[in-house]
Amino acid sequence: MNSRTAVAEKRDKAELGFWIYLMTDLMLFAALFATFYILRIGIADGPKASEIFNIDYVMAQTLVLLASSVTSGMALVSAKFQMKKQALVFLAATIALGLSFLVLEMNEFILLVNEGHSWTTSAFLSSYFTLVGTHGLHILIGLIWAVVLFVAIMRRDTIGDNHLRKLGLFTMFWHFLDLVWIFIFSVVYVIGVYA
Amino acid sequence: MNFFGGLLGRMSPEYFPSDPATIGAAISMPLAVLGIAGLLTYFKKWKWLWKEYITTLDAKKIGVMYIVVALVMLIRGFADTLMIRAQTAIAANGQQGPIDTDTFQQVFTAHGTIMIFFVAMGLMFGLINVALPLLIGARDVAFPFLNSVSFWLFAAGMILVNFALIFGGFSAGGWLGYPPLTGLEYSPGPGVDYWIWTLQIAGVGSLLSGVNFFVTIIKCRAPGMTLMKMPIFAWSVLVTTILIMLAFPVLTATLAMLSLDRVMDMHFFTSTAGGNPMLYVNLIWAWGHPEVYILVLPAFGIYSEIVATFARKAIFGYKTMVAALIAIMFLSFIVWQHHFFTMGAGANVNAFFGIMTAIIAVPTGVKIFNWLFTMYRGRILFASPMWWFMAFVVTFTIGGATGVMMSVPALDFQVHNTMFLVAHFHNVIIGGVLFGFLAGITYWFPKIFGFMLHEGLGKASAALWQIGFILAFIPLYALGLMGAVRRIDSYSDPSWQPFFIVSAIGVVVIGAGIFATVLQIAISIKNRKKYSVGGDPWNGRTLEWSVPSPAPHYNFAITPVVEHQDQWWYEKEHNETNKGVLEDIELPKNSSLGFFMAIAAGFFGFGVIWHLWWLVAIAFVAIVVLVIIRTMNDDSTFIITKEELAKEIGARA
Repeated sequence: MNSRTAVAEKRDKAELGFWIYLMTDLMLFAALFATFYILRIGIADGPKASEIFNIDYVMAQTLVLLASSVTSGMALVSAKFQMKKQALVFLAATIALGLSFLVLEMNEFILLVNEGHSWTTSAFLSSYFTLVGTHGLHILIGLIWAVVLFVAIMRRDTIGDNHLRKLGLFTMFWHFLDLVWIFIFSVVYVIGVYA
Repeated sequence: MNFFGGLLGRMSPEYFPSDPATIGAAISMPLAVLGIAGLLTYFKKWKWLWKEYITTLDAKKIGVMYIVVALVMLIRGFADTLMIRAQTAIAANGQQGPIDTDTFQQVFTAHGTIMIFFVAMGLMFGLINVALPLLIGARDVAFPFLNSVSFWLFAAGMILVNFALIFGGFSAGGWLGYPPLTGLEYSPGPGVDYWIWTLQIAGVGSLLSGVNFFVTIIKCRAPGMTLMKMPIFAWSVLVTTILIMLAFPVLTATLAMLSLDRVMDMHFFTSTAGGNPMLYVNLIWAWGHPEVYILVLPAFGIYSEIVATFARKAIFGYKTMVAALIAIMFLSFIVWQHHFFTMGAGANVNAFFGIMTAIIAVPTGVKIFNWLFTMYRGRILFASPMWWFMAFVVTFTIGGATGVMMSVPALDFQVHNTMFLVAHFHNVIIGGVLFGFLAGITYWFPKIFGFMLHEGLGKASAALWQIGFILAFIPLYALGLMGAVRRIDSYSDPSWQPFFIVSAIGVVVIGAGIFATVLQIAISIKNRKKYSVGGDPWNGRTLEWSVPSPAPHYNFAITPVVEHQDQWWYEKEHNETNKGVLEDIELPKNSSLGFFMAIAAGFFGFGVIWHLWWLVAIAFVAIVVLVIIRTMNDDSTFIITKEELAKEIGARA
C-alpha cells in the first residue's frame, strides 16, 4: 500500500464516519424537537411563545449564521486551491460570525431569564432552552474546533492533505448546524409566533 | 454557603452505607481492587498491563478487556439476583426477609442496569471487537483510537455504577427509571443521578462503537467480499450498528432531559408546570425496544456461525437470514408502545403496536427454522458451543412464544408488570443473548489465546444454565398468572411461596453454571500448553480460521482475496491458497489518551452527581484539551515492512 492510497482510504473512512456521526446527532436533535413539539403547549403559568419571541431579532441571528456558513465554504474552496491567506481570512470570518451568533443567543437567553421566564417556569420553556441551548453548545464546540484548525493551518507553510481533510469535516459540521438552525427557526420561532 | 460547602457539593457522611449487606459489599470491593493492584505490583506486571492492554488500540485486546469486565459484572449482577430471590423465597406471609425494602429496590435496579449495560452490551462489544475484523478479512476496525475511547467510557460507567454502592447508594427507580418517581420530588438523593450518568457515559461509548463498526463493515472488508458474501455475523453486526446509531442518541437526549429536570429544576417529566411523564416513557422505549434487538441480533449472528461450523454445512437460507435481519431492524422501531399497552393510548394505537409486535415473530421464526434446517442432514459435532445453541433454541423459542402472547393487548392487560413479564424477558435475554455470547466466547477463545477452553466444563456450564434457567423462570410464569407483580419484596399469599422457593433453587443451579465457567477458564489457563491448538481447531468456514492462533496484531499477513461465501472452507475443499500478495502494513501506535478521556468523563459524571461544579468544569476542559491533543498528533501509526513480515511468517513456520 503506498502512502497516497493510504491517505485516500483514511479520508474515505473519516468522511463516511463523520456523515454517520452527523446522522446520529440528527437523531439527538430529533428527540429534542419531538419533545419540544409535545411540550410547547405545556406553558403552565408561564408565557406563550408569541409573547416572548421577537421574530426580527431571530431573523438577524439566522442571517449571521447563514453568512458564517458561506464563509466556511469559501475557506474550504480557498484551501483546496492552496490560497492559505484567503483561507485563513475566511476561517477567521466564520469564527467571528459564529461568535456573534452565540452572543446574540446568550443575550436572548439572558433577557428572557431577567424577565422571569427561565427554564424552571414551564415545560415549554424547559424544552425551548434545552433545544436551542443544545444547538448553541454545538456552535461553541464548532468554534473551538475552528480556532484549533486556524492555528494548525497558520503554523504550516502549505495546507497539507491532513488539514484539508479536517477543514472539510469542519465545514460539513458547520453546514449541519445551519440546517438544524433552519428547523429551529421554523419550528420554534415561526410556528411559535404565527401559529 | 461556606467555602468547603461549595467545594464538597452535596457530599456528606450520611451517604456512606448503613445496612450490613451493603457495608460488606462496600468494603470488599476496594479490598478486591487493592488485592489485584498488589498482585500486579508483586509480579511486576504494571508496565505489561499499561503497554499491552490499557493503551492498546488492537481491537482483539480491547475485545478481551470488554469480555473480562463483562464477566466480572456478570458475577456482580448475579450477586444481586441471589439477594432478590433469597428475599422472595423467605418474605411470605409477614415473614421478615434478609433485605429491607429500600435496599431491595436498589438491588433490582442495579441488577437490571448492570446486566443490560455492563454484561450484555459488554459481551456484545467484546465479541464484535474480537471477531468482526477477522471475519471480514480486515486488519483492524475503521477508527482504532475511537474504539479505545469507547471501551474506556464503558469502563468509566462501570466504575461509577459500582462506586454508588460505596458512597451514595443507587437508584431505586427500576432499570428504566420512570419519572415522576425518579424526578427531583420523589428521589432527591444521588442514586438516580448515579444511574443517569452511568448510562450516559457508557451510552456515548456504545454510540461511538456503533459508528465505528458500521464504517468498518462498509469500508474495511477484504477485496472481493461483497455484502452478500459476508458471514451472517457481519450482517448481524451491520444491522445492530444501524439500530445503535438510530436509538442511542434518543437515550442520550432522554437521560439528559431527566438530568436537567433534576439538576436545573426543569419540567420535562414532572407532573407539574406542564411536564409530561408519559413522554419519558415513550422516549425511553423508543430507545429501549431497539436496544433488545441490538443485544440479540449479534447473538443470532454468532449462532449462525456456530451452527454452520459444527453441522459442517453452509448456513441454510443465507438470503432469507439477511432479509430477516433487515425486517427485524425495521420492525423493532415500530413496536415500542407494547411496553405500556395499559397506559391509555387507546384501542387503535394498541392494536397497531400489538400487530406489529406479533409480526416480528415471523422473521425471528424464519431464523430459527433456518438454523434447524442447517443442522438437518449435517454431520453435527456436539462441541460445547453447540450445547449452548441447543439450549438457546429451546429457551428462546419458549420466550418468543410468551412474547407473542403478550403482544395481544387484551392478554397484556392481565399480565402487565407481573412475574409473567419478568419470566418472558429473561427467557429471551438469557436464552437468546447470554447463551449466544457464552457460546461465542467458547468458539473464538482459541483464536485469541491460542488454546482451547476445557470442553467438559463448558458442556457442564451449558447444562447447568439450562436446568437452572427452567427452575428459576418457569415458576415465574405461573406466579405471574396468579397475580404476583414484579419487583415485590414481600407477599401475603402463602400459595406463592413454593414457586418462589423453586425459583431460588434455580438461581443456585445457575450459580453453579457460572462457577463452572470460571473453573473452566482457570483450568484451561493452567493447562494452556496441553490445550494449545493451531489456526483452525474447529475446522471452521470463515476467514478468521485461516490465520494462526493467537491471531497476530495485524490479523492477516496477506490481505485475503474473497471469491466465495465461506471462503476459507472453499480454499480447504479445493486446496487453494490465499491469492493476495505481501505488502507493508500500517498499524496504529498505542495511545493512552482514550484512557484519560474516560477518566475525565467519569469525573464529569461524578461531579454532576454530587453537584461539584468545579470538578465538572475541570473535567470538561480536560476532555476538550485531550481531544485537541489527539487531533494535533499527525504521527499516530507505524509500519511493518514486508521484509519484517516475511521473516515473522518464516519463524512461525
